Parts: sequence; C-alpha cells; structure tokens
Amino acid sequence: MQKVSEEEAAAGAQRPYAEGSLLSVAHLSVDEISRILSETDRIRSLAPAERSAILRGRTVALLFYESSTRTRTSFELAAKSLGATTTLVSDKSSSIEKGESLKDTGLTLRALGAECIILRHSASGAPFVLARETGLPVLNAGDGMHEHPSQALLDLRTMLTRLRGPEAAKAVDSKALAGVTVVITGDILHSRVARSNAMLLPKLGARVILCGPEKLLPELALGLGEGVEIERDFDRALAQANVAMMLRIQRERLAGLELDLGDYIARYQLNGERLAAHAPKALVLHPGPMIRGLEISDEVADGPQSAIEEQVAHGLAVRSALLARALRAGAFGKGNA
Amino acid sequence: MSEILILNGRLVDPLNNIDEPKDLLLRDGRVAAVETPGALKGAAAAEVIDAAGLVVAPGLIDVHVHLREPGQTYKETIATGTAAAAAGGFTTVVAMPNTVPVNDTVEKLAWMLAPERGSVVNLVAMPAATVGSMGVEVTDFEALRAAGAVGFTDDGKPVLEDHIMRAALVAAARVQAPVSQHAEDTRLTGGCSMNAGPMAFRLGLRGMPVEAEAKIVERDLQLLREIEKSEGLRPHLHVQHVSTTRAIEAIRSAKREGLHVTCEIAPHHFALNEEAVGDYNTHAKMNPPLRVEEDRVQMVEALLDGTADCIATDHAPHAAFEKRQEFERAPNGITGLETALGVALRVLHRAQGLSLSRIVQLMSTTPAAIVSLAGRGALGVGHYGDVVLFDAGAEWTFDANASRSKSRNTPFDGAPMLGRVRYTICEGRVVYRG
Repeated sequence: MQKVSEEEAAAGAQRPYAEGSLLSVAHLSVDEISRILSETDRIRSLAPAERSAILRGRTVALLFYESSTRTRTSFELAAKSLGATTTLVSDKSSSIEKGESLKDTGLTLRALGAECIILRHSASGAPFVLARETGLPVLNAGDGMHEHPSQALLDLRTMLTRLRGPEAAKAVDSKALAGVTVVITGDILHSRVARSNAMLLPKLGARVILCGPEKLLPELALGLGEGVEIERDFDRALAQANVAMMLRIQRERLAGLELDLGDYIARYQLNGERLAAHAPKALVLHPGPMIRGLEISDEVADGPQSAIEEQVAHGLAVRSALLARALRAGAFGKGNA
Repeated sequence: MSEILILNGRLVDPLNNIDEPKDLLLRDGRVAAVETPGALKGAAAAEVIDAAGLVVAPGLIDVHVHLREPGQTYKETIATGTAAAAAGGFTTVVAMPNTVPVNDTVEKLAWMLAPERGSVVNLVAMPAATVGSMGVEVTDFEALRAAGAVGFTDDGKPVLEDHIMRAALVAAARVQAPVSQHAEDTRLTGGCSMNAGPMAFRLGLRGMPVEAEAKIVERDLQLLREIEKSEGLRPHLHVQHVSTTRAIEAIRSAKREGLHVTCEIAPHHFALNEEAVGDYNTHAKMNPPLRVEEDRVQMVEALLDGTADCIATDHAPHAAFEKRQEFERAPNGITGLETALGVALRVLHRAQGLSLSRIVQLMSTTPAAIVSLAGRGALGVGHYGDVVLFDAGAEWTFDANASRSKSRNTPFDGAPMLGRVRYTICEGRVVYRG
C-alpha cells in the first residue's frame, strides 16, 4: 500500500463527520492548527461585547459521561463568553442512567436544538459514534484512553507562549517547535493526554520522549508516530527536556495492574531536587488533576518553572476557538474560510 | 419428487477428481446421473437448467454459523439465516450452540433441527461441549451424537480447564466426532476489543494478544498427544477461526506429526487486517479479531498449502442498534454467509491463483468430511442433490441492505465480490435463484 504522509491524510481525507468536528489530533493539518491558534489569539484580543457576539443565539451541549473540572468548566465558560447558550447533560443525572444509548442521547440533544456537542466519555472512540449518528460537529473532550485533542492544543499554546513568546503562539508551521524536547512521564498507557500530545507535537517539529515503567508504557507506544521515543530513566529523560509534562496514575483504569507506589515515587516523581539537578530550566506542565506527593511534589507544582495554572487559562482560550470552528463562526465563518 | 437436469455446466467435484464439462440429473433429492455433455439429452425433467458458463459444484458447507434461534430471534432466525446461506451457495450449515438457552441437550437439539424451524437448507448442529457452555461438566456426547450432533463446542467461549477439555476430547473420540474449539485464553483477553498492537494502543483500546489464541491451540494439541498415548484413542480436534501465525504454525507441525487436527479460517481473516477497524468501525469487530497484515498473509498461505482444511464464515448476526454504539460495547461478530464465496474467489482464486477445485474443496468437500456428512460434499451418483451453480467470473458489489439475513453487520458492504451464485439446490429442490 502506498504510504500517504500524515499531513496529506489530515488535509485531504474525506470523513463522514461534520466540518468543525475535532475527534482526533490526527485529523489536523499544520495549517489547521495554525488557524486554530490565530483564532484563539484573535478572540482573546476582542472586547467582551464583540466576543459575545460570535456565538450569539447558538446552542452548545456538553455531554459528560465522566467527571471533569477543568475541561467541562472551560468549555462551558468559553461557550458562554462567545454568547452561546449551553446545556450540560451528565450520565449521573440523565436518562443515560436508565440505559439510553449514546446515539439516542445525541439525537435527543440535536432535537432540542444543540448545534454542537462536546463529549467526554469513558469509551475510546465514543465521539466518532456520536459524530456519525448525529451529523453534528462533535468536540472530543476526552474519550477513554484514546485522545484529548483540546488538551494537546492548549499544551501547545502554553509551550509556544513560554518558550517562544506570545507572538509565536499566533501561528505555527512544521518547524514551530524545532529543537524542543517534550518529556511526558507517567501513566502513558491509560493517558489520552499523552496520545494527543505525542501525535500533535511532532507535527510542529518537537521531539517527544515518553518516560515511565514498562507496565505503564509498553514499547507499542512507539507506534504513535515519528518523533516519539521512549526513555525509561527519568533523570536521563529530564536532562534532555525543554518541557516536562507529568501525568497522573489513573487508578480508575488500572484494571488489576499492580504498581508499587513507593517505588514509582522514587523513580518517577518530579520533585525539587530532581528538577534542579536535571532540568533547571525546563517548563513544567501537568494536565490535571494532580496528585500532589505522587507524580509531582508541592514545590514543583507551585514553583517558578510550573505553568500549570497558565495551562488552564490557555484552555479557556483555545476552547473558544474550537467552538467557533465547530460552529463555523468567527474567523471560521462564511467568507473567512 | 421432480427431476432437475443441469446441462452444459463445468462440474467441479474435487472428491471425484472431476473438473470438466458434465451434465447432471437430480432425481428424488439425489444425484441420478453424471454424464458427458449431451448424453442426458431427452431425459425427462421438470426443470432444465442451462448451466453454460457456470461452475456446477457440490453445495457449500459451512461448519460454523450462528443462527440465534432460540432466544435472539431479533438478530436472526433459522429461517432467515438459512435463507442467507442459500443465497451464498451453502446447502449445509452447522449451527453453533450459543443460543438462549444454550443447545446442550437432546431435546434442545431436536427442537432446533425440527422442520417447524423452517430451515431452507440442510441444518445440522454442534451442541455444547459442556453444560450451559460453562466449562465445568461435559454434556452427554453419546445421546447427543445419536440425536444428530456432528461435533461438540462451547464456541464463543473456550473450554479452558485442561481436565475438562481432555474429558471432552476423550468422549468425542468415543463417538467419532470432533471437538470444535474457540481457541482463546480468556485470562489474557478480559476487556479487550481488538488485536493487541500499535493500532490498539493508538486507538486507546485494550488488545487481545496473539498468545491468547496460540496458547489454547498448543494446549489442545498437547492433550491430543497425551490421549493418543494413554487412552489408545484418536481424538479429533477442530480449531475454529484461526487468525494468528503462531496458531497456524502449531497446527502445521501437529499435522506433520500425525495428530488428528483440522482447522478453519474465516473469510475476514484472510481478506482483511486490523486496519479495517479504522475509526472504530464496529463492523470490523469480531473474536478472534482482525490481525496484522503479516497474519493475514499467513492465513492465505495456510489455505494455499493445505494447512487450513476449510473456510468457515462464523456468520454472527447482530442487530443494528447493537453495533451502532461505542466500539468496546458493541458485540463481537459479523455476518458472512452471502460474502464467503465472493471473497474467497476474489482473494484466493483471482489474486492467488488457487484453483476452483481447491476452493470447492475448502468450502464443501473437506467441511463435509470434518463433520462426517455422508453423501454430501461431492456429486457422485447416489449423493444428495446438493448443488451450487455459480458464475466464477462475475464481478459484483455486495449490498448489505439486500441481504437475506435479518442483520446487516458486515465489513463487506460495498466490497467487490467475484463469482455470483445463480442457483442453490438442496436435496434436489431449488432454494435460491440469483
């Protein structure tokens, strides 16, 4: 079979999903990433009144089958700041508890006027089902162990802003992160954040090093694509890092996997001593929720190298652009395409 | 019963070593005459079929189908499933026991095989190897065999415990029937929904390792060895839907060693690889799962070199609502009766040059032998009048919506097929005209 480059595949593929959907970062071309970042910057620069005109009169549904603080709140606040009406459906307080299928839930939301659905779900691939069945633009807000595309985009914006300056975060090309090494450490196996970042960042020239024990980081992870490497020794990985991204151990997905937490902390916790010794200049990121004292220590989470709170702010901004894109509004609207 | 005269066709009957123009006369459900073209001119017949340009072969036999009756008739019934079989050129199908309730007694077997179920082709069954397919207590093989069982299986589940599988093989050897094993070490596949590997990792799905299949095959082959040595019996193990290189290697060497092992390969395992899962396509979800390209190539190789004894569909209908959901939630299985011949001819005959005679052997002659169907799988005088007539060169596209099955869950919707069934005749009755 002829090998099509990912870039061509991302740009040229015909998919049975509404334009504006974001199901996987694999679907994004560098141009598309750049447009999302430009629109993020543009929306942020608008006065509140102008901003709230972008999605005025539009309806966005948030459909959450898993708990969430950052993602849900930032998508909701982003939609509201653009003037949209939002509605939240969670599995705990809806007919989902009574056994209603994802398809029927989606069709119900569509019938109630939702023009876009933001979905978080515990099953990998669930956003694809919802997008196929409803025909609506769907934003993947985290699906099982698969992807979390908006998180990877906000991580990208955080990195660009801190490493290259705010101007550099307005547009990217395939060299935007050339020379940058991002070390992602922890429970890679169960992490949708790791997958999205490992597939997104190399498109922009970054080198991604995955770090963790075999149980949480199988060699298979190398199949995520070019530009992805594995280094099991955390100190050696850190010594190469411009960005150190820490991940939580996902107890809820361990499924019988046994892990010696004491040993894990000794080998993989990012603490002040380790950071000072091996990566005194690296930017520290964490997608949250953090388990302080496990994968990261207090002094690092709250220290000067940490951009964890900035990540949250970038999340709000990037998600505004993704909503505009989903609803073909703002710079993604007619006449701007 | 009325006669059918089939003229001008190309008879492909591997058992009788025939691949040449012959005319056939079917009478009273049996083959009455097989003659050189023209010799039967003037024979009285109610129906004369001009088979010019068509292959005339013994009706296809599928040793692995799920007809869902009793208990899940919203997916399929014996009537609809066997109608799909007829449309696919099959004249005998072997029903698996994972119905609701499980087919594990003489009474349930008799109910399934009763004329009231409306089977349009010859229906036989493999009842459960253990009570309720729970893997704990072997069923009454002697009574079930006497009532028509053609083999025993807990399909969908493996017989996991060594001593239970051993007991099943011994009991089956005594009644001269195979134990048909779904080889999957379920201790390695909990929560898994596709083949283990880089693609599963990327999609965030838990993967079934190839070892899960191979380990059970290797364990079962070891049991055959032990039983031959200690019991003086020669049990017959039939390995279902082989999908991995390692399992087919184990079978290949066991055959060289002389053990009584046969195996089947499903069309999807020699035509597709895991790439078909794509964006979580539940119509590419089955168990065993689609594997990597190298495994697919090895399945083709096994069919070409004879390691694989037959093609079986594992026809597994599911309702649309069951498949149109989250990948991990959707049930395993795809339909296959109407696409098996078209896929086999395209992939094995056209692309690999496997002869029509070998295709017929894989889809009729050898399956008949595996389940010891007397008088089927060949078209000698006195055999059952089970005949398929197909245009081996016809190219067409499968349309799932036109399926006779109640269900539409196939990865071959819109796929190119080679070879179109024109007539299916079962015991002298035309059961399908295409």
